[in-house]
Amino acid sequence: MTVFQPSDAAEAAEVVAWAAAEGQSLEIVAGGSKRGLGRPPRADHRLDVSRLAGIVDYDPAELILTARAATPMAEIEAELKAKRQMLAFEPPDWRGLMGGDGEPTLGGVLACNFAGPRRVRAGAARDYFLGFSAINGWGEVWKAGGKVVKNVTGYDMCKLQAGAHGTLSVLTEATLKVMPRPETACTILLEGMADEIAIPELLRALNTPYEVSAAAHLPASVARRSAVEGVAQGLGAVTALRLEGPAPSVAFRANAIESLLGHGLRLAAAETERLWAEIGQVRGLLPSGRQRVWRLCPTPTSAPVVSNALRAQFDSAEAFYDWGGGLIWLGLDADEAGPDGGASRVRAAMREAGGHSTLVVAPDDVRARTAVFEPLHGALAALMKRVKSGFDPRGVLNPGRMHEGQ
Amino acid sequence: MIAMPPADQAVLARRAEIVVALRRIVPGEGVIDAEHERRAFECDGLTAYRQLPMVVVLPETTAQVVEVLRYCSANNVKVVPRGAGTSLSGGALPLEDGVLLGLGKFNRILEIDIANRCVVVQPGVTNLGITHAVQAHGLYYAPDPSSQIACTIGGNVAENSGGVHCLKYGLTTNNVVGIEMVTMDGEAVRLGGKHFDASGYDLLGVMVGSEGMLGVVTEVTVRVLPTPPGARALMIGFPSVEGAGDCVAAVIGDGIIPGGMEIMDRLAIEAAEAFVHAGYPLDADALLIVELDGCEAEVDHLIAAVEAIAARHGATSCRASQSEEERLLFWAGRKAAFPAVGRISPDYYCMDGTIPRKRIGDVLLRMKQMEARYGLRAANVFHAGDGNLHPLILYDANKPGELERAEAFGSDILRLCVEVGGVLTGEHGVGVEKRDLMDTMFNEIDLNQQQRLKCAFDEKSLLNPGKVFPQLCRCAELGRMHVRAGQLSFPNLPRF
Ligand SMILES: Cc1cc2nc3c(=O)[nH]c(=O)nc-3n(C[C@H](O)[C@H](O)[C@H](O)COP(=O)(O)OP(=O)(O)OC[C@H]3O[C@@H](n4cnc5c(N)ncnc54)[C@H](O)[C@@H]3O)c2cc1C
Repeated sequence: MTVFQPSDAAEAAEVVAWAAAEGQSLEIVAGGSKRGLGRPPRADHRLDVSRLAGIVDYDPAELILTARAATPMAEIEAELKAKRQMLAFEPPDWRGLMGGDGEPTLGGVLACNFAGPRRVRAGAARDYFLGFSAINGWGEVWKAGGKVVKNVTGYDMCKLQAGAHGTLSVLTEATLKVMPRPETACTILLEGMADEIAIPELLRALNTPYEVSAAAHLPASVARRSAVEGVAQGLGAVTALRLEGPAPSVAFRANAIESLLGHGLRLAAAETERLWAEIGQVRGLLPSGRQRVWRLCPTPTSAPVVSNALRAQFDSAEAFYDWGGGLIWLGLDADEAGPDGGASRVRAAMREAGGHSTLVVAPDDVRARTAVFEPLHGALAALMKRVKSGFDPRGVLNPGRMHEGQ
Repeated sequence: MIAMPPADQAVLARRAEIVVALRRIVPGEGVIDAEHERRAFECDGLTAYRQLPMVVVLPETTAQVVEVLRYCSANNVKVVPRGAGTSLSGGALPLEDGVLLGLGKFNRILEIDIANRCVVVQPGVTNLGITHAVQAHGLYYAPDPSSQIACTIGGNVAENSGGVHCLKYGLTTNNVVGIEMVTMDGEAVRLGGKHFDASGYDLLGVMVGSEGMLGVVTEVTVRVLPTPPGARALMIGFPSVEGAGDCVAAVIGDGIIPGGMEIMDRLAIEAAEAFVHAGYPLDADALLIVELDGCEAEVDHLIAAVEAIAARHGATSCRASQSEEERLLFWAGRKAAFPAVGRISPDYYCMDGTIPRKRIGDVLLRMKQMEARYGLRAANVFHAGDGNLHPLILYDANKPGELERAEAFGSDILRLCVEVGGVLTGEHGVGVEKRDLMDTMFNEIDLNQQQRLKCAFDEKSLLNPGKVFPQLCRCAELGRMHVRAGQLSFPNLPRF
């Protein structure tokens, strides 16, 4: 096991070309904060790209930022904040959740196609990924996309690279579309709704023209764990809706939402920021201790049915909802979840709803035994395999990270 | 003119037999054989290129598409998918030895799911048809190409089409959440759905914008959005296009993302004003239209903010729409810019490059110099928010050599876009038109990697070949592993 630490993309490409020639495989690591995501690494060596860091170009008026793949997110976020801009997809910080202490980097956020609470309104990392340079499994340096916000020249390879967990190419540099930071924000908290009532209400709010930018529901036991006072102090469940924009507009829309859904407690901008960061980070809202954590993406209207089915299966199930029901975070007691982390029963509960589920937190041995990502079948699975071999035929890059052989 | 791949004589020789076989799959009028009827399909919106297809097939079900593609794949027959045929890059240009697969009969809206804000449609439904289906519920489909009355959602998916609203609301790719597609070997697969994201690689993301080369789309699920309660537009005159460009940069720099933001140059203003009498300022060298949408409180607040920015950037005139009629009037000239230019010139050729917005001044200056060199004029309309230029080159196809000069001028403009850090196409696609310019943006390795993706979907290169890539795919060769075993050492590479 060798750890390679190239100082530029050309050196990194040499390592990959060598590995391909010698039949060796590589685990791609930058900050390492999400090493525990996906199936456990089984590579012969490690390619540590953390020296490929730094912002290359940031032009706020063009809404464009180009940075090397291992640039820390903290650095990017600070630069953007100084110019009153942001990454609209609100990449969450999963360090607490994954139990890692590594530094989250741009490459990792893109490779995992991250998205935070604003997903309902603004999309995921994939939607802001404009172009990149990368190294394929042959060790060739290649590029796709561009450095402008609108471009349809060639296949949209950014979409493939986002969410590929480093199994198609090693990202070395990426260009993103950035957006202005809203002038202000507030959150409306509605109390005491059962899941079956709350999810339709969230969807109703998202269907209004009042531009709700985040919509979550925290059942009572989850809400009580919140570090945000207004959320934790109530007695029951908390349903939260965020509004962002210019101050007069936010005030108007907050009133409009309340006249539709009823009056609630309002969180001002600072508390709003804390609450949605906490929801994105997940960890603090689920029970501590030996837990398996699942991330489920059902069709939003089916979310309450899914969590009822889960509660029927697991006494220890604790869940909360983001994305208007389109995202369920589920915590299970490790013993009750069993040797597969609960996979068979979780997936049975999801079957009717449509969508997919990922086992995010479990020890290596559990993740090695279980399909961490929703298994694929038939023609689709075969197509995915062919795509993989079009980029990395020898399985050099993060072998088996997503699925067996991929 | 750009050449299509040479026709497969063996396939042409079997034409009659192929038609019979296709009739067995799609009965009745679904297979068009007569030459005069095939004529209707000989070109798309890039009318300089024409080719009679070998045969036209108009299936009505996914099962028929599966059977047609299975047959064509087994018999090495090429296939070109087609929606409404409004592509401006020749994406739907037929092949002499190919089946033209028209999806026009897939014209049903399958499901309107208000709670999940999704609409499931067949690919032949028009872009505007989706909005019409949901507008009674206060919803709309955001990407709005100017061709939206005619173009199909299947074509939009293939081209990743945009519109005036896409700076704020995204392109097709950001608003399509699922598809059903059939690969060239006749396998139907579903990608995405009403849920967020999907397991495995984002094949939906790469299908969008794939110009009909990776699969035939047979069903589309789109996300629809609540209609903004109101919108107002500003019509702002500037003494120069650069001034207008600086104003756009300042608006965005101030944190405002308008619903739409368009620039027109003097020639475009004059043509549009003569056509629709929108009250455009004829003394201005550039017109900037900015639309702010949202709730009333927000719109009025932002109108005032943009007015102030415009004044600081040397605007010579600025009017805010006071009614919905007036707002639509401001837009009428911009929306009719193409036909308006069509009135002042026998023909025009519409280009579509994107540049970093800050380069607009140089680019227009260099375009002026090219006008002199080619002896042709160009009018400019410009999706200013995202730097997407639409120069309209005026020419007369009846004058010998003018079309060729217009094409050469167009290619020079696109090379210039790339040179200043931009790209060949912002929304119309590469198609046939820009195929041979791909190497201005990409080297051989980049293009090979794109082709390897094509090979994963269509190993025999039968689906829409001859488009986008200057060279036909050689999948066997691309798949081979060229390794330089034993030559590598890492003199300076730290190891641990
Ligand atoms: C006047 C005018 C204005 C326009 N304005 C805009 C604009 O503002 N913005 C913009 O982005 N574009 C614009 N366009 C371009 C064009 O309308 C779009 O590219 C549109 O998406 C094409 O749709 P279509 O149904 O006509 O597709 P076609 O032209 O029939 O086909 C286009 C491509 O899609 C493929 N295709 C079609 N259907 C399918 C399917 N079901 N499965 C797989 N592949 C398929 C074809 O093979 C071809 O490659 C304009 C065109 C015109 C004529």
